[in-house]
Amino acid sequence: MELSSNLLTGKVAIITGCNRGIGKGILKCFAEQGAIIYAVVRLEGSLDDFAETTSVIPCYMDITESKSIKDLILRIKKEQGRLDILVNNAGVMQDAILGMITDSQIKNTFDVNVFAMINMIQYAVKLMTRQKSGSIINMTSIMGVNGNSGQIVYSASKGAVISLTKSAAKELASQNIRVNAIAPGIIETDLLKNLSGEMYNEKISKVGMRRVGKPIDIAGTTLFLASDLSNYVTGQIIGVDGSMSV
Amino acid sequence: MNTLEKYNKVFSESLELNIDQLSGLQYQGTALWDSVGHMTLVAAIEDEFDIMLETDDIIDFSSYEKGKTILTNSYGIEF
Repeated sequence: MELSSNLLTGKVAIITGCNRGIGKGILKCFAEQGAIIYAVVRLEGSLDDFAETTSVIPCYMDITESKSIKDLILRIKKEQGRLDILVNNAGVMQDAILGMITDSQIKNTFDVNVFAMINMIQYAVKLMTRQKSGSIINMTSIMGVNGNSGQIVYSASKGAVISLTKSAAKELASQNIRVNAIAPGIIETDLLKNLSGEMYNEKISKVGMRRVGKPIDIAGTTLFLASDLSNYVTGQIIGVDGSMSV
Repeated sequence: MNTLEKYNKVFSESLELNIDQLSGLQYQGTALWDSVGHMTLVAAIEDEFDIMLETDDIIDFSSYEKGKTILTNSYGIEF
């Protein structure tokens, strides 16, 4: 699928967790659409090659450190004077059934998936409020909507993302700042490629469209929510799952 | 314009008050200094002094005088 227009020309965006998988798909899409992107990833050097040929500015940092977020927003304020789009994509997923869930797993999952997201929104809004516009897109999951066996901690964190998205949308609507979330189903990632044929087919059988999603499927919806095409859309949780049942 | 004059200007413009009404002013002590007005005031102070306040400082910013103390102690802005 090709998206050929320039829907984000001149817009300043932050994308977190974008050196692989869904995040990398969004990064490529936004770069093609003309956005100036501050690409937030943890792994030092992982976006250097990509950044050489695009309008991508790699920012190697840990989003669970509040000071790093503050410094990033200050940098964008100084360099661009505005922030139009925040894509909160970074997340962790650690599966464990009841009886095997550790305190550190709960803490780590909520630190990254929820607390860092709230912090990122809180600081991003400082710039968006000044300009009275902005679009925030949070990545949740179909597991956050429906729950899933073996994923109590992960689904709880993604459920929190849904709640905070709806609350932030209400709080920021008067400032013309939109807040939406995307709930992906099964998406083609490195993890999925490692599954056995039998396990892969079992997962596919749960998807109405009988195929896994691709990062570009998520990127397309993210682009819609980031662009002016969705100017009157806020507080929505959009499933991008090919009619998956859990 | 010195630092105090800048500070007063931000306060008076954000909260639509005269300069002589600022001394002793507390959060929610005037119509426009509600929670929304507080964030507007904070944004104006950040722009004026080219800083970004920590969340704890925004919460502690409970009066005209307290604001000066915070700016001096945490951001090195002398009055």
